[in-house]
Amino acid sequence: MLDIIINCLIAFLVGGAFCVIAQVLIDKTKLTPARILVFYVCLGVFLTAIGAYSPLVDIAGCGATVPLTGFGYAIANGVKTAIDEQGPLGILTGGLTGTAGGITAALCLGLVVSLIFKSKPKR
Amino acid sequence: MKNKEYVEYVSARSKKSPILMNAVRAFLIGGAICSLGQAIFEFYSVFNSDIKETQSLVSLTLIAIAIILTGIGIFDNIARVAGAGTLVPITGFANAVASSAVDTKSEGFVMGVGAKIFSISGPVILFGTFSGVIYGVIYYICSLIWG
Repeated sequence: MLDIIINCLIAFLVGGAFCVIAQVLIDKTKLTPARILVFYVCLGVFLTAIGAYSPLVDIAGCGATVPLTGFGYAIANGVKTAIDEQGPLGILTGGLTGTAGGITAALCLGLVVSLIFKSKPKR
Repeated sequence: MKNKEYVEYVSARSKKSPILMNAVRAFLIGGAICSLGQAIFEFYSVFNSDIKETQSLVSLTLIAIAIILTGIGIFDNIARVAGAGTLVPITGFANAVASSAVDTKSEGFVMGVGAKIFSISGPVILFGTFSGVIYGVIYYICSLIWG
């Protein structure tokens, strides 16, 4: 039980740190939220490529996979696995294979939700 | 009132940009989402021992929660307080997809929902995939050289 609480605490700290960096970047620079998302995904691919992200995932678990850098981690991991298994074709197939579940779930659920709910006026 | 006085008057009156408070809120809510993810992970690991698979399932669960909350209109209220706290976790990606879909329904299903659903997720997928391809080329060349 104790290790579960510690795991959750580490995930809290690491995940929170990713969010703070993004928040400060939004407040202090001209980076819009959409640019932050793009930046984080590319950062995740880069950190995975240089071998820095996998150790972080081992330590922080969902604190590293849930932020969008984890999306980049899934892309880079997918590419690596695909190249190991199928050779050069994996360069093209790996990225979307690694993230297929997340993208498909978001798109399909998004469509279903748009069928059910109406747009609310923004406050 | 001279120009300079006016500038001083306005800056004294205007609300200070609460950068510190924003950062604290982003930390707390973003951290909470990640530790909720970790808690779901611990629960799923009872049934599935594959770590990578379970982590993907956690992301899918959070995506589903975020999209449903977006549909019923609760997500926007949380996001307004949380800022980057809800944006950076995968919930921000899910919210971007769902809210563009819901908001563009009136423009029709093909060129409204169908096209605009990608308005924020599109760049993320494009540049993510692109950087993945660059990494793949480098990784493949390296594996040819060093086997």
